[in-house]
Amino acid sequence: MIDRTVFKERFVKWVLVAFALSSLLFLFLIFLFILAEGLPLFLKVGVKNIIFGFKWAPTKGYFGIFPMIISSFLVTIGALVIGAPMGLSCAIYLSEYSGKKMKMFLKPALELLAGIPSVVFGFLGVIYIVPLVRNYLGGSGFSLISTSLVLGVMILPTIISISFDALVSVPKTYREGSAAMGATKWQTIYKVIIPSAKSGILASFILGMGRAIGETMAVIMIAGNALKIPGSILDPLRTLTGNIALELAYATGDHRLGLFSTGVVLMVIIMILNYIANFGIKRKIAK
Amino acid sequence: MRINPRIINRLVRMGLNVQAFFTVGILIIIIAIIFFKGFPHMSFAFIFSFPEDMGREGGIFPSIVGTIQLALLSILFATPLGLGTAIFLTEYTRESLFTKLIRFGVESLAGIPSILYGLFGFIFFVIKLKMGWSLLAGVLTMTIMILPTIIRTSEEAIRAVPRQLRIVSYSLSASKWETIKKVVLPAAMPGILTGIMLSIGRAVGETAAIIFTMGSSLRLPLSVMDSGRTMAVHFYILAREGISMEKAYGTAVVLVLSILLINILAYYIMNKAIARYS
Repeated sequence: MIDRTVFKERFVKWVLVAFALSSLLFLFLIFLFILAEGLPLFLKVGVKNIIFGFKWAPTKGYFGIFPMIISSFLVTIGALVIGAPMGLSCAIYLSEYSGKKMKMFLKPALELLAGIPSVVFGFLGVIYIVPLVRNYLGGSGFSLISTSLVLGVMILPTIISISFDALVSVPKTYREGSAAMGATKWQTIYKVIIPSAKSGILASFILGMGRAIGETMAVIMIAGNALKIPGSILDPLRTLTGNIALELAYATGDHRLGLFSTGVVLMVIIMILNYIANFGIKRKIAK
Repeated sequence: MRINPRIINRLVRMGLNVQAFFTVGILIIIIAIIFFKGFPHMSFAFIFSFPEDMGREGGIFPSIVGTIQLALLSILFATPLGLGTAIFLTEYTRESLFTKLIRFGVESLAGIPSILYGLFGFIFFVIKLKMGWSLLAGVLTMTIMILPTIIRTSEEAIRAVPRQLRIVSYSLSASKWETIKKVVLPAAMPGILTGIMLSIGRAVGETAAIIFTMGSSLRLPLSVMDSGRTMAVHFYILAREGISMEKAYGTAVVLVLSILLINILAYYIMNKAIARYS
């Protein structure tokens, strides 16, 4: 009887270990298969011709994705320019100014905003933002600025929730100390709270960047997908994610491999951003 | 001239107020637009009839069924895996290199954008494992995508269960697994359910990963090897290819309404759970 219980306990433990390992296995498989499809072309065409190549004509043997890399970074920075100040001020309001009732209403509202699917953002962007830009600023409206605006809103929930966590984790004694010196609430926030929550706020910006650079469906609907580096904020552009999503359905042979090479570049960028946010910055907080 | 800090304080306060309401305003505007534009095109017949002429006419019944199939089957696979991982991380081990490795895996999975899941699912399930564009390939891809959410929420829920409950159970000579099964998991259930609901919401709204694994067939998927399209994919195709704006708005209402209801239910369950232990 006792032996059976012991056996069962051990059995359960090993099953759970196997389950826990599944996440690592999946991560490994994702890496393996994207790299296995994406790397051969780097060897065949040359790393330089892909990463720094300007011409994307995969059926003719040109796999340059430099304009897309630049475009991806441009929309990401654009999204951050819009999303970071909005998100940070929202987080400050939530953590420092809002009453309990307000918080009970605002936090779920933000979570709901995070739940709106990206196709819906893309659709509303096409219907409302694109014509607005076309009528008031010029160009076709499918542009860097439209995409940045929509992405800026999409990354708000990420920025707000992570910087909010960083702000509320600043010890109460800091606030009391500052108030005791006769500082106003804003002076306290500006000179004491924000500097002490700096690394968490930075992490929220970087994770927001990660979301923006990986966003796909909204971007292909709004960005215009032109194959060149945008000359102004009113020019259309094509991102790395857009390149994959636009062509994967019909690509074959080397063309398909080229899309996986695009995926490899995207994966490397995302891994670097996540590494900085999760390990570089969070470790600092722990200290 | 030096401006009085108190005046600055008041101005900032006002500015932040406006900003916070502006952010919530965006959410309200999005929902309002979808509802006002979409409700006229939504009807009982729209929900329960089949699309005709590529979606120009008729309803969205197959895509609703496809969405439910995708979400439920993904949850069916991901819940045991995710819950098992969470139980292992909280109950069966101390923090070690091994748990750090697993956490690294979970964090990394959570950070991968959906288009890369689409690429992976396409090459691995659709092509290498020869599943073709099918419900199964979509479900397996989605399972991996929602796994981190389930693991994180379950882990938090299990950690929140008071230690006394476990001690009482052990003192009644229950084994570890019996304690987990009969005491810890029931107590952590609301939190676990929240994670499951949030994951369903994610599966319902996902497009990039699904379109390249499950495909976009307009027929009703009758077996797991059939291709199908979810509401989100249907909406995307209607809107992007300009097939029918009315039908796109109609689909958007059903899509957004279901996600809102799922998420609201998730937070309702979570708040009840928080109230219980604090």
